[in-house]
Amino acid sequence: MSGFFSNVDWSEILQACLDTLAMLGGSLLLTVLLGLPLGVLLFLTGKGQPWENRWGNGALALLVNLVRSMPFIILLIVMIPLTIVLVGTSLGVAGAIPPLVVGAAPFFARLVETALREVDRNTVEAVQAMGATTRDLVFRALLPEALPGILAATTVTAITLISFTAMAGAVGAGGLGDLAIRFGYQRFQTDVMLVTVVLLLALVQLLQVAGDRLVRHFTRK
Amino acid sequence: MIRLEGVHKAFGDTHAALAGVDLEIGRGEVFGIIGRSGAGKSTLVRLLNGLERPSSGRVLIDGTDVATLSADGLRALRSRVGMIFQNFGLLWSRTVFDNVALPLRIGGASRAEIAAKVPALLERVGLSEHGAKYPAQLSGGQKQRVGIARALATNPEILLCDEATSALDPETTRNILDLLADLNRELGLTIVLITHEMEVVRQVCDRVVVLHAGRAVETGDVADVFLHPRASETQALIAEADEHVDPIGFDGPVVRLTLHGKAVLDPVLTRIARDTGTDFIILDGRIGRLKNTSFGRLTLGLVGGDTERAIAALRLEGEVE
Ligand SMILES: Nc1ncnc2c1ncn2[C@@H]1O[C@H](COP(=O)(O)OP(=O)(O)O)[C@@H](O)[C@H]1O
Ligand SMILES: [Mg+2]
Repeated sequence: MSGFFSNVDWSEILQACLDTLAMLGGSLLLTVLLGLPLGVLLFLTGKGQPWENRWGNGALALLVNLVRSMPFIILLIVMIPLTIVLVGTSLGVAGAIPPLVVGAAPFFARLVETALREVDRNTVEAVQAMGATTRDLVFRALLPEALPGILAATTVTAITLISFTAMAGAVGAGGLGDLAIRFGYQRFQTDVMLVTVVLLLALVQLLQVAGDRLVRHFTRK
Repeated sequence: MIRLEGVHKAFGDTHAALAGVDLEIGRGEVFGIIGRSGAGKSTLVRLLNGLERPSSGRVLIDGTDVATLSADGLRALRSRVGMIFQNFGLLWSRTVFDNVALPLRIGGASRAEIAAKVPALLERVGLSEHGAKYPAQLSGGQKQRVGIARALATNPEILLCDEATSALDPETTRNILDLLADLNRELGLTIVLITHEMEVVRQVCDRVVVLHAGRAVETGDVADVFLHPRASETQALIAEADEHVDPIGFDGPVVRLTLHGKAVLDPVLTRIARDTGTDFIILDGRIGRLKNTSFGRLTLGLVGGDTERAIAALRLEGEVE
């Protein structure tokens, strides 16, 4: 017996960790950059809002729901041609990022829209009554007031992205999920499976705690 | 300075929130809009700064029809019309200082202007110590003071108050109303004050309109409307405020006497009692203040003496019913 962890190649684990973190970091950044404006747009075109537009809002909502209703594993496959056009490969960390972003941004946008809707209606009206442009309204009132909600949405999205990266591992993205599937599942190396699961759990836990702290820090109500 | 001409406002195709309102509010006036919940009060004030547009009719501010203003024109109007709200409408994520600075920042004021102006505004509303706090750390009255300081930041000519004291206790309400009355006097600010409470109108307003189901059922000087209400809706509102109850057990002649102004401070009853030999029993009564004058309203039981002559004498001092 060379111990329970005989199958574990720690340098490979380290590499997988770094790959997962890179996928998470890159896709989370892009998801926020894309999803935040989309969420604001969903909110502003909604009923009773400054850019109220039934058709525009309906079209956006349909697009968002289309992506959200698609199982991520299907999205991964459907996206392959587009991914190759965008980043030159559908493999590795780079190849995983476009489907991750497309999968997560609509989800994040919906959460942002919800956070914006929860901003005190009186506050929005008061800011409009002082002669604010829509731009002022968004940047000086809506986003600052919704910041705790947006941070909570970011946390939830980050955690969802971790489970997405594990799935992306199945189609050649690398990372901890890939390791768990290739060694832990396909070759019955339970120790590798255990190590990857513990690491993923630690990552989720860390994100949740950090996210909750940030939300609390910015909540003034 | 504010004029409404035949203003209708309907939301969707339900009944009209406002059904033909004509109104004129003068410069420097404290004008009350009173009515029950759903009467259309909020809709009416929201027309004044273009937060709503009339379905028909015209809303004129200094002769300009609000509906004809461009987006820029509307923003310019809004910087001349401040507004405060029942639930304050503050930015909960920003400090008191930043809340008051917000309209200045939106108006493109420089850092130096803001640094000079905000402390003066906070001082004016008695919040100098509280600039660095967040609104959630303040009491209700203080929150409304932040709202007032913020509304004054752009030196408006008109201040709209939508149930601004309805979330406050009676004493805080009085303090806030006193502050509004001071601002009206010192700055010549025109104040449009919405409320469902007669007491609020009585304390600070010069004139009042009673709104019922989207119609102005009575308009006039507060003293007239309050002491001689003609519309049944007005009478109901006043009766609620007075909690008027007739005592039981007196079966002589009863009169209701309304005194106004100087007569309140005259020893009217004792003098008439001496002259006519009629004694008075006070069955119900109230002495109070209208914005700048006093009023008294007494229900009197008459006992003995020449009651005919006593009633005639009372008529000379006030109104008798
Ligand atoms: N945005 C709106 N959409 C639909 N109906 C409204 C809207 N605002 C007000 N109303 C309706 O108009 C009427 C008057 O409302 P409001 O002006 O808020 O009354 P008040 O302020 O006197 O309580 C009510 O019947 C209310 O339901
Ligand atoms: Mg109202």
